[in-house]
Amino acid sequence: MKERLQKIQEDAMRQINEAVNLSVLNDVRVAFLGKKGELTAVLKGMKDVAPEDRPKVGQFVNEARKQIEEALESTKEKLEKAALDKKLKEEVIDVTLPAKRNKIGHRHPNTLVLDEVERIFTGMGYEVVEGPELEYDYYNFEALNIPANHPAKDEQDTFYIDDKILLRTQTSPVQVRVMEKQKPPIRMIAPGRVFRADEVDATHSPSFHQIEGMVIDKNVTFSDLKGTLTMFVQQMFGKDTKVKFRPHHFPFTEPSAEMDISCFKCGGKGCRFCKGEGWIEILGCGMVHPRVLRMSGIDPEEYQGFAFGVGLERISLLKYEIDDMRLLYENDERFLKQF
Amino acid sequence: MDTSLNWIKDLVPGLECTDQEYMDAMTLSGTKVEQGNRLDKNLSKIVIGQVKKIEKHPDADKLVICQVDVGEDDLIQIVTGAPNVFENAKVPVVLDGGSVAGGHDGKIVEGGVKIKKGKLRGVESCGMMCSIEELGSTTEMFPDAAEDGLYILPEDAPVGESAPHYLGLDDLVVEYEVTSNRVDCFSILGIAREAAATFDKKFVPPVVTETGNSEDVNDYIKVRVEDKELCKRYTARVVKNVKFAPSPIWMQKRLRSQGIRPINNLVDITNYVMEEFGQPMHAYDLDTIAGKEIVVKRAEKGEKFTTLDGQERELDDSMLMICDAEKSVGIAGIMGGENSMITEKVSNILFEAACFDGTNIRLSGKKLGMRTDASAKFEKGLDPNLAMEAMNRACQLIEELGVGEVVGGAVDVYDTKREGLRVPFEPEKYNKLLGTDIPAETMIGYFAKIDLGYDKETNEILVPSWRQDVLCDADLAEEVARFYGYDKIPTTLPNGQSTTGKISFKQYIEKIARQVAEYCGFSQGMTYSFESPKVYDKLLIDQDDNVRNAIKISNPLGEDFSIMRTLSLNGMLTSLSTNYGRRNKNVRLYEMGNIYIPKQLPLTELPDERKQLTLGMYGEGDFFEMKGVVEELLYQVGMRNKPEYDPKAELNFLHPGKQANIIYDGKVVGYLGEVHPTVCANYAIKDRVYIAVIDMPTVTEMASFDYKYEGIVNFPASSRDISMVVPKEVLVGDIEKVFDQRGGKYLESYKLFDLYEGEQIKDGFKSVAYSLVFRGKEKNLEEADISKAMKKILNGLEELGIELRA
Repeated sequence: MKERLQKIQEDAMRQINEAVNLSVLNDVRVAFLGKKGELTAVLKGMKDVAPEDRPKVGQFVNEARKQIEEALESTKEKLEKAALDKKLKEEVIDVTLPAKRNKIGHRHPNTLVLDEVERIFTGMGYEVVEGPELEYDYYNFEALNIPANHPAKDEQDTFYIDDKILLRTQTSPVQVRVMEKQKPPIRMIAPGRVFRADEVDATHSPSFHQIEGMVIDKNVTFSDLKGTLTMFVQQMFGKDTKVKFRPHHFPFTEPSAEMDISCFKCGGKGCRFCKGEGWIEILGCGMVHPRVLRMSGIDPEEYQGFAFGVGLERISLLKYEIDDMRLLYENDERFLKQF
Repeated sequence: MDTSLNWIKDLVPGLECTDQEYMDAMTLSGTKVEQGNRLDKNLSKIVIGQVKKIEKHPDADKLVICQVDVGEDDLIQIVTGAPNVFENAKVPVVLDGGSVAGGHDGKIVEGGVKIKKGKLRGVESCGMMCSIEELGSTTEMFPDAAEDGLYILPEDAPVGESAPHYLGLDDLVVEYEVTSNRVDCFSILGIAREAAATFDKKFVPPVVTETGNSEDVNDYIKVRVEDKELCKRYTARVVKNVKFAPSPIWMQKRLRSQGIRPINNLVDITNYVMEEFGQPMHAYDLDTIAGKEIVVKRAEKGEKFTTLDGQERELDDSMLMICDAEKSVGIAGIMGGENSMITEKVSNILFEAACFDGTNIRLSGKKLGMRTDASAKFEKGLDPNLAMEAMNRACQLIEELGVGEVVGGAVDVYDTKREGLRVPFEPEKYNKLLGTDIPAETMIGYFAKIDLGYDKETNEILVPSWRQDVLCDADLAEEVARFYGYDKIPTTLPNGQSTTGKISFKQYIEKIARQVAEYCGFSQGMTYSFESPKVYDKLLIDQDDNVRNAIKISNPLGEDFSIMRTLSLNGMLTSLSTNYGRRNKNVRLYEMGNIYIPKQLPLTELPDERKQLTLGMYGEGDFFEMKGVVEELLYQVGMRNKPEYDPKAELNFLHPGKQANIIYDGKVVGYLGEVHPTVCANYAIKDRVYIAVIDMPTVTEMASFDYKYEGIVNFPASSRDISMVVPKEVLVGDIEKVFDQRGGKYLESYKLFDLYEGEQIKDGFKSVAYSLVFRGKEKNLEEADISKAMKKILNGLEELGIELRA
């Protein structure tokens, strides 16, 4: 009996080892442990074993069964792993084949720059406000200390609808509209479309965009203006950007300045891009003129503040090195796709 | 404004700096330098030489061999083909290794032309004798230079010395951008005053001396100013026995460096004084002035007048004229008349230096289409105190140059003298504005440099009359800042009460709309707000359609840019057309831009500016894809009810069978459709174009993010399919309305799964099949619940004439 069991066990072990796949292995399991399997047959033959030997034989049988089962289990694991390895190997792909991308549209370079400007200034506590593109002469000129017949009115070739209403030549009228409505402290930027009677060419467009900025509070100083705009351009053009403030004149600010930044292409050494200057003129700014404050209902003895105006296209053209302003309004998809 | 740096240096003794230092420092103190142009750029080793001997060239008819004295021990030999060379002629000579600006044809060569010792037809030549063009100038600027040939210098030209220096070419011409508030800086003296202050040197203006003989000018001329508003001051003097001659070299040099051509002593003096003081002057032939009288008054309406350029001008009664007892003799501040102009035969002249109203001159010039050197100065608004100084300076030069005999005295009609201003000195205010801590004495020092005095007794700053821009604290603060240095002002951030950074709800909704458009494959375009009225014809808009009531620009760049758009479509179609013409495939664009709807025409108030999201595409995609973009947009801004579509949008520019108004909660929020093939043809697009236009103000009004989580229901769903035979004119939207209205609370969703028109279906009908899904939120549905709902739905469908398919 013992020998028979030993032989069964040996046969089983051999066949388990020889099993090449899971289905052969299953056949082995059925052949030995199945209802009609050899080991099952031995168990069934227990009735013929002498009662006193039965516990012993039973123990042999169970041991044999246990060993076979363990062998089956470990071989099964091995074969399953092999089968998975094989499957994975067959499924290898060329990961360098082209990607399948969603066709997502592209944002206009002006909007990309504007989004960036808005991000920077809202982070500093500025509110983004808007004003009308068709504007009263009063807001566009008079309230900005540009009275009738002021030569600055001629300089800004204005499109008129009639003698009272015009296409705004600057976003500065929004300053006045905000001051009329809101009590200081005020921190605002006002982006928007402006219009001037310039013929279309590579550097001019009769319609373009500006971003106006203004801060009014009790103790806002020219040095705050310098600090704020320095921070702005360093976030916009990189932290190594250097700035230069030059005295200038605008009717609605006093003192006024123009701000240059070090050329971000050559770092200030002078190149073709900055016409050898090393500096690029970027914006106009100044302390809000007391007369403008007073006209807008703010007491200049109590409050003061600064304002600035940036040409949006100027920044887009510089930042993306676009060499012709007309491209911004043609909407050729081959152009837009590059942003 | 341009100035010669040499001239400035003469007025600011001790000013020593390189060209670049000068330009940088002036810019930083507020007189912005646009550029600097060296007149002797590329000129090197050029001296004054004298031709001592001329021989024929053995092998060339047109060449001669000259022995030239260039101030060295030995003569040098130069071969030349210049026709005007002669023995003892003094000429500019470029030596071996030197360079000139360009060819004798007047062409300037970038980087100059190097001159080397060489052989001409076998004869050695050790340099070159120069024409004026080779020195980088023109015969216009040097009228005494030969048109063709060497520039023969005056006999007293010092041999061996630098020719560019002798000719005044060793100079830097500086071009400034003078801002409109600094009228005083439109003059050499104004710029020199700024330069002196910038470099902390003394400003030494010319000393104007007494002039005139013992006669009295009042015996020669009377002046009556009728319009004192437009003529604030009128000064006149008389010069007798005028003798014309070229002006001296020093004056010619200075005029040339200012870009002014020397003409004769009289003209040169008026130009010189205009540059120096910024005050235009005019000279009349005194013998043409009738009645020995000048009257300043407005022109007659429709008056015709011939100016000294021979042109007849038509005047109106807003224009100021200079007249004599009988006639007009000049348009004030703009141009003199032909009838009184200086000719070669003149013997006595009347000098005028006046102060006319800047705005009036500007407007008159505009009406006449004339802008002269004089009017350009006047229109800035001159200081009336300047007129007499300039007049006396001119007479001083007349005497110095011996142009004529100045009659004693001056006529001066100047009723209201302009005085300088007194502004309280408040240094704390300037520091508070600037964020600085500059001591008061330092400020007073800055002011003194630019002739702003300080009255200790009253603690006031005395602003001279030429500084019309300095009126208040802020103006004085700027003067302090300029000379303290903008770069030295600290860099800080505002520290007051904090404010909230934000964008408005409207801006937020627009941002989402842009994002949805982009995620759906549309790229952002930008087009102009103004367009041509012809656009409406291109878009097949009816003649009496309200949309044609556009706001007109009174002074447009041309008809193509003459009205403010009332529809956003033209910009989109033009952009698509551009892309189509350039063979770009499958183009999708969107624009977020305003249309301008007048409330009334002509405008009585500002128009309604409505932001439109305009989507357009050709190539891949169809009506329903565009509809999908619209619905995605509405969903993303929280408009989550089902939009409806009214096919009777009656938009001429769209395909009559493929257009719809988009309706949300009963309100039209926009429209979409396929562009009418005729319109496509008008824009040269040979493809189907789909567009959608969303009115953003309406969307912003209805957008809301107020929605709640509804829970996930675990009860099972049951679905029922219905297959219908539907009259053709019934819209699928009508069927869905029945589902929505009659489905009851258990109808969870429905989906169209078949739509068919064709042979198996009877004429005038179509087959439509839907799958309806029912689910209870609180219970497992029983058959009875579903059949009850189905019955209601079927009843509703029946009312539409719909039959169920067997």
